[in-house]
Amino acid sequence: MIRLSDEAALQLTLNGTATEWLRAICEQGAAKFAELGLPSRRHEEWRLTSIKQIAETDFSFSDELPALSPKDVARFDIPGMAASRLVFINGRYAPDHSSLQSLPAGVTVLPLMEAVSSHGDLVQQHLAKHADMTDEAFTALNTAMLGDGVFVHVPDGMTVEQPIHVVNITTCAGEPLMTNPRNLIVAGDKAKVTVIEDYVCPDDDVYFTNAVTEVVVGKEANVTHYLLERESRKAFNIATLNIHQSESSNFTSHSVMLGGASVRNNIVPVLDGEHCFSTLNGLYLTSDKQHVDNHMRVFHNMPNCDSRQYYRGVLDDKSTAVFSGRIIVARDAQKTDAVQSNANLLLTDTARANTHPQLEIYADDVKCTHGATIGELDDNAIFYLRARGISEAAARGMLIHAFAAESLERMDIEPIVELLEAELYKRLPEGKMVQATL
Amino acid sequence: MTTPLIEIKNLHANIDGQEILRGLDLTINPGEVHSIMGPNGSGKSTLAQVLAGRDAFEVTEGEIIYEGKDLLDMDPDERACEGVFLAFQYPVEIPGVRTTQFLKAAINAVRKHRGEDEIDALDAVKLFREKMKLVDMDESLLKRAVNEGFSGGEKKRHEIFQMAVLEPKLCILDETDSGLDIDALRIVADGVNAMRSKDRSFLLITHYQRLLDYIVPDFVHVLVNGRIVQSGDKGLALELEKKGYSWVEKEPAAATA
Repeated sequence: MIRLSDEAALQLTLNGTATEWLRAICEQGAAKFAELGLPSRRHEEWRLTSIKQIAETDFSFSDELPALSPKDVARFDIPGMAASRLVFINGRYAPDHSSLQSLPAGVTVLPLMEAVSSHGDLVQQHLAKHADMTDEAFTALNTAMLGDGVFVHVPDGMTVEQPIHVVNITTCAGEPLMTNPRNLIVAGDKAKVTVIEDYVCPDDDVYFTNAVTEVVVGKEANVTHYLLERESRKAFNIATLNIHQSESSNFTSHSVMLGGASVRNNIVPVLDGEHCFSTLNGLYLTSDKQHVDNHMRVFHNMPNCDSRQYYRGVLDDKSTAVFSGRIIVARDAQKTDAVQSNANLLLTDTARANTHPQLEIYADDVKCTHGATIGELDDNAIFYLRARGISEAAARGMLIHAFAAESLERMDIEPIVELLEAELYKRLPEGKMVQATL
Repeated sequence: MTTPLIEIKNLHANIDGQEILRGLDLTINPGEVHSIMGPNGSGKSTLAQVLAGRDAFEVTEGEIIYEGKDLLDMDPDERACEGVFLAFQYPVEIPGVRTTQFLKAAINAVRKHRGEDEIDALDAVKLFREKMKLVDMDESLLKRAVNEGFSGGEKKRHEIFQMAVLEPKLCILDETDSGLDIDALRIVADGVNAMRSKDRSFLLITHYQRLLDYIVPDFVHVLVNGRIVQSGDKGLALELEKKGYSWVEKEPAAATA
């Protein structure tokens, strides 16, 4: 049992590995966590997201794999999507529910803890090299406790056609659980791969997922990452994605936040070679008292790179959202072309959005633009639709759908888009009617 | 005796506490084409918006009986389903909503209201194609977001096209002629004329007589300061064109006559 607000928690139980180099990494994480402590609201990067509830909940850890039926797990399939699948239940790898066929020879997809033994050199070369702990207490915490996750290695020049679907299921009726999933994705030069990180819960349990994913994108490589947050409405989730991009590489991230009580999504691409392209696309649909905080930090370290951030949110009831996007352009990163946009649609007077676009530019020949909007549905548009016979509810549904669809249109896996569309219709006023017109 | 399609009696309407309509009376029978002319600020567009149900306007006095029912008691969408159609002076751009999606939603809303089945996808396409010809509208507009990036002329044609698709009983055209060149005006007018029938009535709101060369009205009314001050046949429009609105503005007595 651990309570993160206790002083004693700073002396963390480490991962417990027998592998010496891994143990050293965990110890570094623990030391950093002890030094930083939990961020308070006075911390600039946590001003708008309280972690009080996380700090004051007694979390336990699971050391056994709960037995779920294939049917329990199949609920979280993405219909129509052919994929390699790794299932983790309460942070433990569930081989019986996983399927790793149809991977090209030479490509490695394994639970990280297995890879530590079987592909030790490769893992050691990259693990914890890209997850920045400098001021990130939760990354330090994850590194100290280092739970299992996926390890993906795609050698130079290879393409993995089918996406790799990583399903993280948490089920812990009555006993709040904490997991620290750790993923490592290494794409060699000219390699191509898509990984889907999916967080789900069959019930409405209270728990805390603190995930860290490191992505290494080789020269001219092409990596796509999806984050699907569809957890319990009582769950806490902090997901941190650290990306290292080499010359002429292409990285795309799609984040969709539907579940969770309080969710923090950190994405940090480091463009460390010339001619990189980085796209961060995100959609959040919040209701009740949900809180979602999207925290982007894009480091333009080298010249001639492009980055795009497109985040859109639809906020209902008393939900709140934060968007904090910072673009940091180093002095040598001339000809940087960076775009950042965040649009929020508030459906009620009680929903609240905070948006903080920030540019930190040390080069003098760059093109950086940012735009942020917080607004309501357009009364003129609603009236126009109603003047054609469409009910007010259906008019609202059509306009909300149109707003959110822009994010979905950027996604390239049709079954995921369909799944999200279906989820959207469920939430829209007159969703069935809206769907029927499309 | 014919039952009027719509009877407007002593209509008073405000926006932001300012009275715009000050006791307007107008009766339109089925199949009639009426034109309302008037100087800027006389309340022409307010009348159109009040008829369509815009809630920014507050009706403080008077009544509107449409097919024997209290129009003011209906929501804007209910009015549309009952056959009231407003061709907007400034059609609204709706990013992300495709024109076909919008039209299907509108047709099905009207059909549902009448207790009919939803339109079949193929029938919908056929219907759109047929009605587009009426206003010489480019088919590619169907795939685009509603009015988004449409030229002024395309927007106005799109309004008439929607009118043709929805087949309303009362068509209110709010300055449909404004911003149209002479060719576009003729196309729009031809579309409207093709829709004229003994059961369908039109209310043409316009600042200029020009439109009425192409759509010949049965009655012309002059609106000044929120009331109809003079009514006549199409000759009145020509007279107005010659003499200007100052001519009627000077004759307030006509209103109370």
